[in-house]
Amino acid sequence: MLARMKQMMKKEFIQVLRDKRTRFILIIPPIVQMLVFGYAANFEVHHVPTVVLDYDHSQESRDLLSHFTASSYFSVQPPAADATQLHAVIERGGAAVGIEIDAGFARALRKGQPAPLQVIVDATNSNSALIAAGYVSQIASGFAQQYQRETMARIAPQWVAILPSVELASRPWYNPDLLSRWFFVPGIVGSLTLVLVITLTAFAVVREREIGTLEQIMVTPIRPAEFILSKTLPFFLIGLFDVSLIAVVGSLWFEVPFRGHISVLVLGAVLFLLCMLGVGLLISTVSATQQQAMVTSFFFIMPAITFSGFGFPISTMPHWLQLMTYASPLRYFLVVLRGSYLKGVGMEVLWPQMAAMAALGLGLLTVAILRFHKSLD
Amino acid sequence: MPSAREMWRMAESSNSVVIQGLTKRFGRFVAVNHINLEVRAGEVFGFLGPNGAGKSTTIRMLCGLLRPTEGSANVAGFDVAQKPEMVRQNIGYMSQKFSLYNDLRVIENIRLFAGLYSVPAGQLQSRIDWVLEMANLKGQERLITATLPGGWKQRLALGCAVLHKPPILFLDEPTSGVDPIARRQFWELIHQMADEGVTVFVTTHYMEEAEYCNRLALIFRGAIVALGSPSELKQNSIRGELLLVECTPLGEALEILQSVPGVIDAAVFGNALHLVVENVQTAPAQVSTSLAERNVAVQRIERIRPSLEDVFVALTTMKDAERAA
Repeated sequence: MLARMKQMMKKEFIQVLRDKRTRFILIIPPIVQMLVFGYAANFEVHHVPTVVLDYDHSQESRDLLSHFTASSYFSVQPPAADATQLHAVIERGGAAVGIEIDAGFARALRKGQPAPLQVIVDATNSNSALIAAGYVSQIASGFAQQYQRETMARIAPQWVAILPSVELASRPWYNPDLLSRWFFVPGIVGSLTLVLVITLTAFAVVREREIGTLEQIMVTPIRPAEFILSKTLPFFLIGLFDVSLIAVVGSLWFEVPFRGHISVLVLGAVLFLLCMLGVGLLISTVSATQQQAMVTSFFFIMPAITFSGFGFPISTMPHWLQLMTYASPLRYFLVVLRGSYLKGVGMEVLWPQMAAMAALGLGLLTVAILRFHKSLD
Repeated sequence: MPSAREMWRMAESSNSVVIQGLTKRFGRFVAVNHINLEVRAGEVFGFLGPNGAGKSTTIRMLCGLLRPTEGSANVAGFDVAQKPEMVRQNIGYMSQKFSLYNDLRVIENIRLFAGLYSVPAGQLQSRIDWVLEMANLKGQERLITATLPGGWKQRLALGCAVLHKPPILFLDEPTSGVDPIARRQFWELIHQMADEGVTVFVTTHYMEEAEYCNRLALIFRGAIVALGSPSELKQNSIRGELLLVECTPLGEALEILQSVPGVIDAAVFGNALHLVVENVQTAPAQVSTSLAERNVAVQRIERIRPSLEDVFVALTTMKDAERAA
């Protein structure tokens, strides 16, 4: 039995490593994707194109606008001449934020009345709109506070010293500079591995079915389980190689710290790969051709990534969807990845994720082997 | 476990393949319908029939690739449904489609299948040499299999199927897509193996190949319609005698002759018609009158010995007539 499996695995490695294209696919695209996605996947909002319209033309309005010009969050465009022009700029995407200061702004400030400031935000992307609006309000309230203090210093200098204020001292743990890249890079490691291992495994088995070699193999004394194991073990090792490759490139290039224990991450990767091999094999049992396998894996890969917490936080999903996320193995692996990279936690925290992946992996592989038996008929 | 050689001897002493009531249904479609057969050790047994008649389905059941819906098959002393692994260890199988690994080298394919069939280490080199010799691939071991010409691939596939010296060999349309010379050489190989005691079960739809077989089963719509040696089939299967009619135009002649009394059957063979007639003495006159009446020019009418193709056409039209009735 072992001799038969050894022969099959030898053959599998020869096939994978001899083909220039396969060798290329295993190494170059994962690295390139890691780098490109690492730059692209980013929630941060910087240099938002901003157009201003100042009807007030006062010292105060110019002062307020200079706060925006000075901030790296905004990139202030040439000012608009009137409201129509401002709207037009936003409409054609020339700016995402429009700031309009009406005549009487300075007069209201000087009288101690609320001074209105109109802000238009292009909320097509609601997330960046929200963040940009937050920055606007930060700048506006900073300006107001400064104006209050200056006025007070002029009128009643003795009061300035006892003017009450609350100072925020926020300490973002694990990611002190709030770099969203630190959040995404571990996630990319997980999702790239998912796509790579599922498609490789599904295609490897379906290709044999399609070209007829599977039939020739199945008339030899090899048992279906032996065939599957010797077919998946090479891809397991290849998957392990690729996880390491992506993880090392990602963390070195993007300088994401690794604070946990490497053995915890390796264990997580092994369990995650079991799940991915199971899914790949399952896809191969329901697909007769490589084309079918491609479509089927697409239907798995999209939801598996969406429901994993890779980009959208699971906690904000509706409850019934949250339940579905428990079926995505990537969900658990992401916790292990981020826990290992950023938090530096170990098995004492991550054991439920490990247990879930182990259970899912064994279940998927068992079903895949049973289904493979049937699909031979 | 007995050695391959012992198994060979064991199988020689018994009928190699015994099929009883073997049936395969796919949904409501009956691909193979209660067939019974006994294939004797050391014979070249041909399974002849048109595409879709159930040849491949039968052979795939015998190899343990498909589970029979009903009935049983015993191959080399083992039941295909109960002990498929034992069956597989004792057979060689070559499918219609070339199914070795095209991206492996010749020698890598041979070693892979030697490993899968557990060829003992002591015999490995001599078996590899034998296959290379047989397939005429000595010195070409390092070639990538995809680059081989069709005939060589065929022989390599045969070699990989018999690395473990199986007592029974199943060949599913082994010569499809191979040129006539390579086909001839291939059949010489098959007969060599039969001489060494291997039972060969071969499906084909080439009539001239069927002549190479010791015995034949004609399969049509999933059922066996005739069984015997090629000469037995030619003698016994046709009710009546066979006439060759050369005339023009053929199509019209065919239509006319189908309604002439005394003509049991008519079919086009090349540029002539073959007629099955009840009375070979009176029929030629009747045929020429009927054709002359309708202005069909007759060049030649002659009594001939039936070929396998005649047998096949006669039997299948008979079956179709029975179905229609």
